[in-house]
Amino acid sequence: MAVKYTEDHEWVAVDGDVGTVGITEHAQEQLGDIVFVELPDVGKAVVKGDEAGVVESVKAASEIYAPVSGEIVAVNEALADAPGTANTDPTGTGWFFKIKLSDMGELDGLMDEAAYKDLIG
Amino acid sequence: MTDATLKSTPLNALHRDLGAKMVPFAGYDMPVQFPLGVLGEHKHTRAKAGLFDVSHMGQVRVDGDRAARMLETLVPGDIAGLTAGRMRYTQFTDADGGILDDLMVTHGGDHLFVVVNAACKGQDIALMREAFGDTLTELADRALLALQGPMAVDVLAALAPQAADLTFMTGAAMDVAGQPCFVTRSGYTGEDGYEISVPADGADALARKLLEHADVEAIGLGARDSLRLEAGLCLYGHDIDTTTSPVEAALTWSIGKRRREEGGFPGAARIQKEIAEGTTRKRVGLRPEGRAPAREGTEIVDADGTPVGRVTSGGFGPSVEGPVAMGYVARDHAAIGTSLSLMVRGKPLPATVVKMPFVTPGYKR
Repeated sequence: MAVKYTEDHEWVAVDGDVGTVGITEHAQEQLGDIVFVELPDVGKAVVKGDEAGVVESVKAASEIYAPVSGEIVAVNEALADAPGTANTDPTGTGWFFKIKLSDMGELDGLMDEAAYKDLIG
Repeated sequence: MTDATLKSTPLNALHRDLGAKMVPFAGYDMPVQFPLGVLGEHKHTRAKAGLFDVSHMGQVRVDGDRAARMLETLVPGDIAGLTAGRMRYTQFTDADGGILDDLMVTHGGDHLFVVVNAACKGQDIALMREAFGDTLTELADRALLALQGPMAVDVLAALAPQAADLTFMTGAAMDVAGQPCFVTRSGYTGEDGYEISVPADGADALARKLLEHADVEAIGLGARDSLRLEAGLCLYGHDIDTTTSPVEAALTWSIGKRRREEGGFPGAARIQKEIAEGTTRKRVGLRPEGRAPAREGTEIVDADGTPVGRVTSGGFGPSVEGPVAMGYVARDHAAIGTSLSLMVRGKPLPATVVKMPFVTPGYKR
């Protein structure tokens, strides 16, 4: 399963043609304590770069972007009651949504782990 | 972090030693949070004791028999009525009755001790200098620490037993761990606690001494903001400014009876009229349903979707365990229990007008 990263500090783990999306460890550190996550509706079609949700810390709100184009096929309902999971396990149980990719080629435009590590220094 | 134009407080090295995340605030390099994080710092302050560096704020001393009467020409608060050791919250008003800044004034026995906001201190000091001339001394060589929370009294009394004798909104000069300090039992969190004015060159040692106590954690500006919001306290430049009067801001309680009758402060005509006849809008507390916070600037609408006001401070209240906000709404919608909606990302989020503070204050009266 390939994991790719965006400049907005999101990750997408692709299994077949479905990608699971969340924020990186670096992103959760920068955001601080997450108190609310607004997720897209299942069935919604999104284009790469679209605003797909919002993550709010005590202090501020930040957009979540669709890292790739496709249809939202699942969202992490558990975040509604336990948004802090996005802090404690951002790359595991703190995932945001799953997206059925409409263009697998878009993955080539994202960073691999080594490139992402270079980005965050 | 390398911005050479930023000023730093005497605790800058301590903040860095503690691993603070530093941000520019009101021209100062200040800690927004420590490794504990905003949520943890907020809850720690409500449960035990938090230490805040508020040295960026302006501290001023005014001497002379006329000091209180002269200050009354600038503020609507009853300053002449303060007895030795007592303190009061008031505002500098302008000729139109708008708020130039808010401040704390303590009767220090033979002087007045005034604390003003960092962002406004240049302007405030210029205003006071005009009234007071050289009886005014800017205490630029002093730092200001706030120790807030239910354990603050035990922590401070161990270093300065006299501190335990103070009640809410009183102050006195006292030695704290060998430093000549001016201590008030006051703060900006809704908790019991103290503000400690300490010589700048002794501030680092005093702060480290206070932090040695197992119940004390360093707290940044992030939690300072969420604590004061839950306590229903105004933040200048957000909840109050020159476009809001003290009456609209629901601060009429801070204007003494004699001052309401006599006037004699800038904007008195408007403020007296508003006290008598009411205002067209009022600052209220808002409790949004669900978990989504409504931030500053959010439009407030009534049941028909008609705009009736705007949120001036809003966020997540860690102790309330939900979103809290304050803002100005039209008079007809300001009653406690009124159902309104907050337009968050284009969608109406139901909210109710509620009494502030959002948490039960811990003040020791």
